[in-house]
Amino acid sequence: MNLYDLIFYLFAAVTLLSAAVVVSSKNIIYSAFSLVLTFFGVAGLYILLGADFIGVVQILVYVGGIMILLLFGVMLTNKITSVDIRTGTVNVLPSAIAIGVFMGLVTSIMIWTKWVSLPTETPLTTTNELGKLLITEYVLIFELLAILLLVALIGAASIARRDKE
Amino acid sequence: MYEFLTNLIGNEVLAWIIIAALPLFVVILPYALVAIWLERKVSAHMQDRLGPMITGWHGWLQSFADVLKLLQKEDLVPAEADKKLFNIAPALVFTASYAAFAVIPFSSGFIGSGAEIGIFFILAVSSFAVAGILMGGWASNNKYSLIGAMRAVAQIISYEIPTALVVLSMVMITGTLSLEKISAMQTGYFWNWFIFGGPEWGLTKFLLIPFMLVGFLILYMSTLAEVNRTPFDIPEAESELVGGYHTEYSGMKFAMFFLAEYANMFAVSAIVSIIFFGGYQSPVGYLGDLFGVSWLIPFEQLFWFVAKGLFFVFVQMWLRWTLPRLRVDQLMNLCWKYLIPYSIANLIIIGLISLI
Repeated sequence: MNLYDLIFYLFAAVTLLSAAVVVSSKNIIYSAFSLVLTFFGVAGLYILLGADFIGVVQILVYVGGIMILLLFGVMLTNKITSVDIRTGTVNVLPSAIAIGVFMGLVTSIMIWTKWVSLPTETPLTTTNELGKLLITEYVLIFELLAILLLVALIGAASIARRDKE
Repeated sequence: MYEFLTNLIGNEVLAWIIIAALPLFVVILPYALVAIWLERKVSAHMQDRLGPMITGWHGWLQSFADVLKLLQKEDLVPAEADKKLFNIAPALVFTASYAAFAVIPFSSGFIGSGAEIGIFFILAVSSFAVAGILMGGWASNNKYSLIGAMRAVAQIISYEIPTALVVLSMVMITGTLSLEKISAMQTGYFWNWFIFGGPEWGLTKFLLIPFMLVGFLILYMSTLAEVNRTPFDIPEAESELVGGYHTEYSGMKFAMFFLAEYANMFAVSAIVSIIFFGGYQSPVGYLGDLFGVSWLIPFEQLFWFVAKGLFFVFVQMWLRWTLPRLRVDQLMNLCWKYLIPYSIANLIIIGLISLI
């Protein structure tokens, strides 16, 4: 086992353990902070695969943005208004069926796909190539996503301002 | 550096560990001790006082005495606090500020990681500090801590936007995210620094100068806000919030928050000096070149880098003891109504100029 294997298992363990805490913890704050750790572990795995840009974006977007918004929501409900919010277990049977079907689907795809592995050199950086692909081959998707985000931004601002009138 | 250590020790894992630990022991801890003493002396002299004078010459041992005091203090955890998160938070905040040092080039011979995504990595890991501050503020179960943490989060998230926009405009000009390459580009004399329009001579250089100045001011202000220094220190405003998010912390845990703050101050000063002021490049050429001793150059570069970093840290202290604190609404106004529109305009103008 070389060093990279060791690092991989470390990040995989971090991801899996923290994900287990996210779903099993009774305290919603613990779940939220464990989710930060999960995203961190996934980012580590991305970087280990040579996708440095994606890994850092993962940290920047999920940990920086979504986690903070989630924590704001959690704090406004849990601590300040002192309403005791506990996560319970409901609808065990339907969710078990759904998860079973989903896992079966993912596993079958994993087994039946003919994975192609090419012995290529690990690129030193992916940023330049990603940038080029985004504004040439995938420019339509890129622009559509930009418009979607702009619409969401303006929508959020207009909803937030409506009460004042 | 890395090859040298690998040859010396003969084990690449051990060499990595030493490389990773080196900035902490060689740079951050001694720097923090000096900076805390400097802050006291600077504040004292600005207020026409003397500051610490008893321990050592002009009180230079005061920081060591402080460390000894903090080590002996009882480790208090409030009874109503969330103990796990309360204990993790200082470590998380310090880890985040320490991680930024991984990609900062101290000289051409010493950089923790030459990763291509340098500056982007710093922007990303600094968000862990936000999580740590929020964790500490929430876990303390104290209204002042919670208000301080909420303010810190709102402030840091807001001021990340102008920072990122200015960094983006610089990335457009340099074409790289690597701090090492950005520093290496500005070699030669001080007029090759990006604050003076960059290393390429021509019309664009002179057109760029005013917008570089604007970019520098925006970056300096927004990074100042990101490290919670006065005039943007509302998360720990003493007169309103006791101590802000670290009100309940004592002993070494408080020291870790303190250390993280000073490490962050140096980190953002280093970033500003790398992007606009040539990083480790000397403004006037090297003695090593003059006398033909090439091994001297990395040490000279280290000297210039630390000197520039410490100069901007000094400016931060200067501002702290000169300007009054902004109100919360003024702080948000400054960011969203002035800094962000100006930085977007600056980004577009720099983009247009670089097309010429």
